[in-house]
Amino acid sequence: MYPSRFDYDAPSTLEEAIAILDQGGGEAKVMAGGQSLIPMLRLRFASPERVVDINGIPDLEYHRIDPDGTLRIGALCRHEDLELSTIIGDTFPTLAGAAHLVSDPIIRTRGTFVGSLCHADPQGDWSATMIALGGKIIVQGPNGRREIEAKDFVLGPFVSALAFNEIAVEAIVPPAKGKALGGYLKLERRVGDFATASVAVALDMDGDTVTRAGCAMAGVGGRTIDANEAISVLQGKTLSSENIDSAAAAVAAASDPRTDHRGSADYKRHIVETFVKRVLVSVAKSEKKEAVA
Amino acid sequence: MAPLDELKIGGMGASRRRVEDNRFIRGKGNYVDDIVLPAMLHMQILRSPVAHAKIKSIDTSAAWEVPGVRLVLTGETMAARNLAWMPTLSYDTQAVLATDKVRFQGQEVAAVIADDPYIAQDACDKIVVEYEQLPAIVNPIQAQKADAPLIRDDKENQATNKIFDWEIGDKTATDQAFADADVVSKLDLHYPRSHPSPLENCGSIADYDRATGKLTVYMTSQAPHIVRAAVAMVAELPEHMVRIVSPDLGGGFGNKVPIYPGYVVSILASILTERPVKWIESNSENLISTGFGRDVYLEGELALRKDGKILGMRMKTISDHGAFYADAQPTKFKIGLMHSTFACYDIPTAHLVSEGFYTNKAPGGVAYRCSFRVTEAMFFQERMVHAAANDLGMDQAEFRKVNLVGDDMFPYRTAFGFLTDSGQYQKCLDVGLKAIGYDTFKQEQEEARKRGKLLGIGISTMTEPLGAGNSREYDIIGIKMFDSAELRVHMTGKALLRTGAKSQGQGHETTWSQIVAHELGIPADDIVVEEGDTDSAPFGMGTYASRSTPVAGAAVAMVSRKIRAKARKIAAHLLEVSEEDIEWELGRFYVRGNEERGVTIQDCALAAYSNIPDGLEPGLENTAYYDPPNLTWPFAAYLCKVEVDAESGVWDVLNFVAVDDCGVRINPMIVEGQVMGGLTEAYAMANMQYITFDEEGNCIGANYMDYLLPTAWETPGFELHEVVTPCPHHPIGAKGVGECATVAGPAAFVNAVMSAIEHTGVRNVDMPLMPNRVYEALKTGKDVSGMPPVLSD
Repeated sequence: MYPSRFDYDAPSTLEEAIAILDQGGGEAKVMAGGQSLIPMLRLRFASPERVVDINGIPDLEYHRIDPDGTLRIGALCRHEDLELSTIIGDTFPTLAGAAHLVSDPIIRTRGTFVGSLCHADPQGDWSATMIALGGKIIVQGPNGRREIEAKDFVLGPFVSALAFNEIAVEAIVPPAKGKALGGYLKLERRVGDFATASVAVALDMDGDTVTRAGCAMAGVGGRTIDANEAISVLQGKTLSSENIDSAAAAVAAASDPRTDHRGSADYKRHIVETFVKRVLVSVAKSEKKEAVA
Repeated sequence: MAPLDELKIGGMGASRRRVEDNRFIRGKGNYVDDIVLPAMLHMQILRSPVAHAKIKSIDTSAAWEVPGVRLVLTGETMAARNLAWMPTLSYDTQAVLATDKVRFQGQEVAAVIADDPYIAQDACDKIVVEYEQLPAIVNPIQAQKADAPLIRDDKENQATNKIFDWEIGDKTATDQAFADADVVSKLDLHYPRSHPSPLENCGSIADYDRATGKLTVYMTSQAPHIVRAAVAMVAELPEHMVRIVSPDLGGGFGNKVPIYPGYVVSILASILTERPVKWIESNSENLISTGFGRDVYLEGELALRKDGKILGMRMKTISDHGAFYADAQPTKFKIGLMHSTFACYDIPTAHLVSEGFYTNKAPGGVAYRCSFRVTEAMFFQERMVHAAANDLGMDQAEFRKVNLVGDDMFPYRTAFGFLTDSGQYQKCLDVGLKAIGYDTFKQEQEEARKRGKLLGIGISTMTEPLGAGNSREYDIIGIKMFDSAELRVHMTGKALLRTGAKSQGQGHETTWSQIVAHELGIPADDIVVEEGDTDSAPFGMGTYASRSTPVAGAAVAMVSRKIRAKARKIAAHLLEVSEEDIEWELGRFYVRGNEERGVTIQDCALAAYSNIPDGLEPGLENTAYYDPPNLTWPFAAYLCKVEVDAESGVWDVLNFVAVDDCGVRINPMIVEGQVMGGLTEAYAMANMQYITFDEEGNCIGANYMDYLLPTAWETPGFELHEVVTPCPHHPIGAKGVGECATVAGPAAFVNAVMSAIEHTGVRNVDMPLMPNRVYEALKTGKDVSGMPPVLSD
């Protein structure tokens, strides 16, 4: 449990950090919360020559909602900030639903939202949430900033679209078209466990009609699975039990699980289907309740 | 004079705060890794990446080149000093550093000693080992095949992978019972491998002083005196020149009983470098290479009469011990106390056959919070009882009541020859049934099922043999399993107590003082307890198998009584009366018939150093060695209520009631803590813990992301009850309790889940009852086996 030798930098500006990465030529690694990187260093799964600690860079801790309803999450916003957030609960229920299921309470105090996206773990909760919500990641490199759609950000297991000299500086979630509903369900064996299977479902609703449906899954494929197309069968429809069933079946069919000690591929597919149904049924119920009130 | 209030001085029955916690919660504990010696070097071990392979060559030249490297050791270097192999605590041998072959993934192959552990690890990574891979044996079913590769080809006269055959009971009478039975109930299952997972891993600092010839080893041992004897023999050092110090231990759970190669290599490294050498293993190293628990297969059968009476029991166990038979067991009992199974039931006859096998896995099968295989014995028992009640169509509680040994039957000789001596089994069960609302449960279950909810209730009742043990039956490598206590009362009435046990979190510093307070009336706060240093502590066999209170605790009471006997002579002298005219009350002697005229124990202590009667030795100290007449037999009745989510297989504990009868409770708070801790581990085994091996012998789950330790978040609440039946032979009436919950707990959880799903026809789901297994059982109505993959022929 002793990492290989590495050099350590703690720059105080993004520009400085990017310059170090650029000079590092792919042998430097950014550290934000360190909750994935440090275990990988200790296990010697990762042996970068240089660790660039960005915790000293000011003004990256934020998460805020712009006047137009866009949610912006800075590179040093901790999981716990989102869990305890007073602004995302009503407007971004899918995010709020995932916030308290990310790892365990200790890790949530240090680990970051954006760092988790960059780590690109196929079992990561936030990537699924971002893809379901149609979010984007802003990355900054020597030549300035660019935007990457969340669905294009994760390329494979532990591989993101970040270039070696880029830092993900902000995640963006677009405003809902209508009322935002949805949720995040995860089958885990213990608090702090990675997902055996999880689903993020994000719906924009106009009355009882779905104006946008988003979905993604973790733990059921070699990377985060984008199920936006599968769930788009709900687009323009109501949440009738037939529609719910067909959407859940479509999402389950889009999953690509592997049989392992957490269960068979069939079992995981079944869990995906069950969880999508559960989220949709609870959305339908909450809509009904509101209509009665 | 008002008599002393025993609770106020922290005596018997006081839920006194744990004195050791003062340092633990402040981060001021002193664990092996906290110890820093001048000029200390650091050792890292290179381990085998494969499970079974011939070692063709080892090239250490690049490791020697790394700046800061002081020594590189391989099997060859060890062999040159006759240390490549060491004896185990079960009369086998174990490779220290591999010479001929590696026999499990994670086996010790080489070691680097360097200025710091980072350098040592860098150099380990530079050692090149050429392996010629051999087929791996990953379970005992494979191990017994005729064409199975021979794992222990190093041993003479070892033609197969079998370690032992062992048998007990009356086969003829048992066969007859089965022939006479109305119903025969059968159950096959697997108690999966689990890991004791102490939060502090194993490690040592060996410090050989060439000037004095003395070797001091600071190490993580639950039994430092056994280690001293073993080191003296293996390293051929005189025993008085070997000092083993076991400082604060961050848990042990049986994992810190065996002697590991790392200890031995660090000792040789210190002798060769003449500097202290520290070796601290990582979490993954602990998981992959140190003593695991369980991994036993059962074929069980009960012969039953229609009215529910058990007529006979037959059991065959097949156990996986890994590549070296290194789990400490009393010499007579190859599979530990497996034959304590069914001890709480009145069964006329029984027969047990056990076979043990080598596999290409880390050595183990240690008594993980367990009195030598008792955990397996009682789990098998309670799963068999559950299945048998169902096979007869009888209520679970009723079936147990028909068969439990009655209060009037003690002392009771079990079918396998144990003598249980006390208990109120029916009463404990009744307390539990009432607390969980058993009477109305069946109706509740019916109604819930109509609403699509699956409720289940599980019962587990057992008595287990704790506190090994009397010297007629129990030993480790021939050393009898007595224990000891030494008490020194200073002139101001304060005292120092040392025992041969070794706390790993059990709270000895707190409870031992309470026993002294109870016996002598010296306030518990005036007594300091020391354990673990073989140069100062009296010889004892250490702490495991719930033996501390039954054996060392008894020695504490006995040494206190010796002190009291001497103090009585001093009191007689001080009071100027004859000893026969002296009466004792807590903390004080007085003249019979004149209660006002007396002296306190503190007065006697002062006089022992300042006013000694003629003919009496000065001072007030003594030692007691205690050889218990029998084991102690606590009883547990656990009841668990669960709800199973039919759509996912996830199950939640709605209520858990634990009724424990561990005799007299010294510190009720510590007893409750022990029960809760044990139940938490039982829940983890039943629910989530999974560590297995693929066909090539690669360990799956060798880290704490995969092998799960439960946290406070998902661990259910436990409702605790007590019944007290004092142990008739223990000086203070106490019985062991540390392991009751890990032993009886798993079956309560499993039986509860089975009760919720067995309407589908399923009879068994092997632990851990992970959601996918429960869902599969519900969906198919068929048993789900935890049998690991068998290499296809």
